[in-house]
Amino acid sequence: MENSKYLIKGGRVIDPETGLDGLMDILIEDGKIASIGNPQSKIRNPKPELIDASGKIVTPGLIDMHVHLREPGHEYKETIETGCLAAAHGGFTAICCMPNTVPVNDNQSVTDYILKKAGSAGTVRVYPVGAISLGLRGESLAGYGEMNAAGAVAVSDDGNPVMNAQLMRRALEYAKGFGLLVISHCEDRNLTENGVMNEGAVATRLGLEGIPNSAETVMVARDIDLCELTGAPVHIAHVSTEGAVRLIREAKARGLPVTTETAPHYFSLTEDAVANYDTNAKVHPPLRTVADRDAVREALADGTIDVIASDHAPHSSMEKELEFDRAANGMIGLETSLPLSLKLVEMGLLSLMDLVAKMSNNPARILKLDYVGLKPGNPADLTIIDPEKRFTVDADTFRSKSRNTPFNGWQLKGKAVLTVVGGKIVFDDQ
Amino acid sequence: MGLSKKDILDIESLSVEEIELILDTAESLKEISTRPIKKVPTLRGKTIVNFFYEPSTRTRTSFEIAAKRLSADTVGISASASSIVKGETLVDTARNLEAMNPDAIVIRHKSAGAAHMLAGLVDASVINSGDGMHAHPTQALLDMMTVREKKGRLSALRVAIIGDIAHSRVARSNTLGFGKMGANVILAGPPTMIPRGIEALGAPFTYHVAEAIKDADVIIMLRIQKERQGGYLFPSEREYAQCYGLTTERIAGAKEDVLIMHPGPINRGVEIAPDVADGPYSVILDQVANGVAVRMAILYLLLGGPR
Repeated sequence: MENSKYLIKGGRVIDPETGLDGLMDILIEDGKIASIGNPQSKIRNPKPELIDASGKIVTPGLIDMHVHLREPGHEYKETIETGCLAAAHGGFTAICCMPNTVPVNDNQSVTDYILKKAGSAGTVRVYPVGAISLGLRGESLAGYGEMNAAGAVAVSDDGNPVMNAQLMRRALEYAKGFGLLVISHCEDRNLTENGVMNEGAVATRLGLEGIPNSAETVMVARDIDLCELTGAPVHIAHVSTEGAVRLIREAKARGLPVTTETAPHYFSLTEDAVANYDTNAKVHPPLRTVADRDAVREALADGTIDVIASDHAPHSSMEKELEFDRAANGMIGLETSLPLSLKLVEMGLLSLMDLVAKMSNNPARILKLDYVGLKPGNPADLTIIDPEKRFTVDADTFRSKSRNTPFNGWQLKGKAVLTVVGGKIVFDDQ
Repeated sequence: MGLSKKDILDIESLSVEEIELILDTAESLKEISTRPIKKVPTLRGKTIVNFFYEPSTRTRTSFEIAAKRLSADTVGISASASSIVKGETLVDTARNLEAMNPDAIVIRHKSAGAAHMLAGLVDASVINSGDGMHAHPTQALLDMMTVREKKGRLSALRVAIIGDIAHSRVARSNTLGFGKMGANVILAGPPTMIPRGIEALGAPFTYHVAEAIKDADVIIMLRIQKERQGGYLFPSEREYAQCYGLTTERIAGAKEDVLIMHPGPINRGVEIAPDVADGPYSVILDQVANGVAVRMAILYLLLGGPR
């Protein structure tokens, strides 16, 4: 890390960890936060470079705990380098990458490879998520010990549900021994069957096979029960249904170590986005009804949903310019996640403090990262947000290699303008 | 006068007036098929591609004959004998077909939305002749033509559509079409074959065939796909025939002059008993004859005028 010094001046600093919310300056030295508040007295020569943050919001670096980087194996969709760059542009200082690469990240070598590539990309921090089962096949446990030693922070078979309840039980138990978080993609594949969008009136009208909410909720119920049985924390990925948030709310009220995330598309869109067979709106779990979207929003507001994560899933035109039922699931999200989430603040559903918690502090705590929030001594990971900046989403300007977003052309307000990782500016649009 | 639209993709996008125009035109063109020389020069010099990704005998032949009776040149492509088996995408196939400048492309495809997708890619008129479970507008139009011909009207008729509603594009297009023209449609089938959200199509449903048939003016039976037998939808053809099949006894509940229809191909003894299919109420072969007329009308209305 270059030995640079920065003084971020005049921004509104918001940090749920310390409870800070006010206009103050932050001094960065040696890649770390040197002081917050009134650091002028602590400034020694050489003088720090000034970053004017007046009118802006300064937050701890945003963390997206659900990203698909596609490398190794599908570099034509995304590489670790382009994914990290997209993250930096979206205001993220750290991301978790899911193991459904080719080969699967189910062993130390792949974890090592990812971290080596991320290191040479030199932008945001990458925390690999290893596989729950070897090859994501849902048959036998992957080597959590060796992956953990190599730097994996969690395990998940994301993209594939763990259909075998006994394997899930043992995964939760075994992961507990390493303090590894288990992230569960909750979907009953038998209930999904050939479904390609939400089951209901829109699917029936379009003649597309539907996926019922139960495909998600029966697995959420199972995993909550297995969490209770094993005492191991479980993190439910990308919740999309009213039933799932209700189950998770109850589980939390009973004190179970269950956490959860949702993605911006689940609180921004409904199944109507599919109405013109738009494959960019094809995603797993599928976009749901207005009632589900509103339940997800309510669960964000009341704290049931801890985390906003993008589930950034890059696909090329080869996977998307197809008949709807043949197109791949997933949408990219790193470069739209924060602006879409800021709409929740605009709508009065979340305070800025809550939003920052869901996009930085909560994921850091759930992942047991050794730094949370803006505290002196922590690595200088922070994001400067211009809350008033209006822009039109233009996928052609994305740093991601892929263009599969249903939000193209949306008018949004508020975005990251500066991203700092370990005292290094990795994105600057000031 | 022609239709002021490029494509026929589904019933939803047709107005009542457009449906009437198509049916009126079909009626007047029907006579051509009874002449000794069954050909008029109306579409001479027009090229029509029949693009069938799914197997089809009736619909494909019907379009082919309709086009030829209007003197259009037709080219047929089927999935098994085309670049589809070599892995070409629909987008690429569309671009290649477009480069040959056809006037219309008739498409049958197993994916819902495929016709919409094609229509967005080519300047040629696209006629959907069945896309997955979504729509089969020419079938609905020929069914409406048949009923109107026999009954003199569509409004206020009770039309029962019975069978695997969930997987049927014919059910969707007919429910919307007959409903749009003022008929009272009722859907029936086992609960496993009635999809959630069916209310969106604007018709009530029942799980009891007798209830649907009661006082019906028209009964449209849907084909049961044999490959679904023994899965999760129904236990066996035998049980289906017993509980949901159309038999002479069941027809007794309908109006005296009920019309029995089926889009074909029929499974004799499963959804329809042989004596019913061949019986006095059956207009199944009128449907086929009218299919040619309706398709002639659509081709004429789309391609006949200046574009």
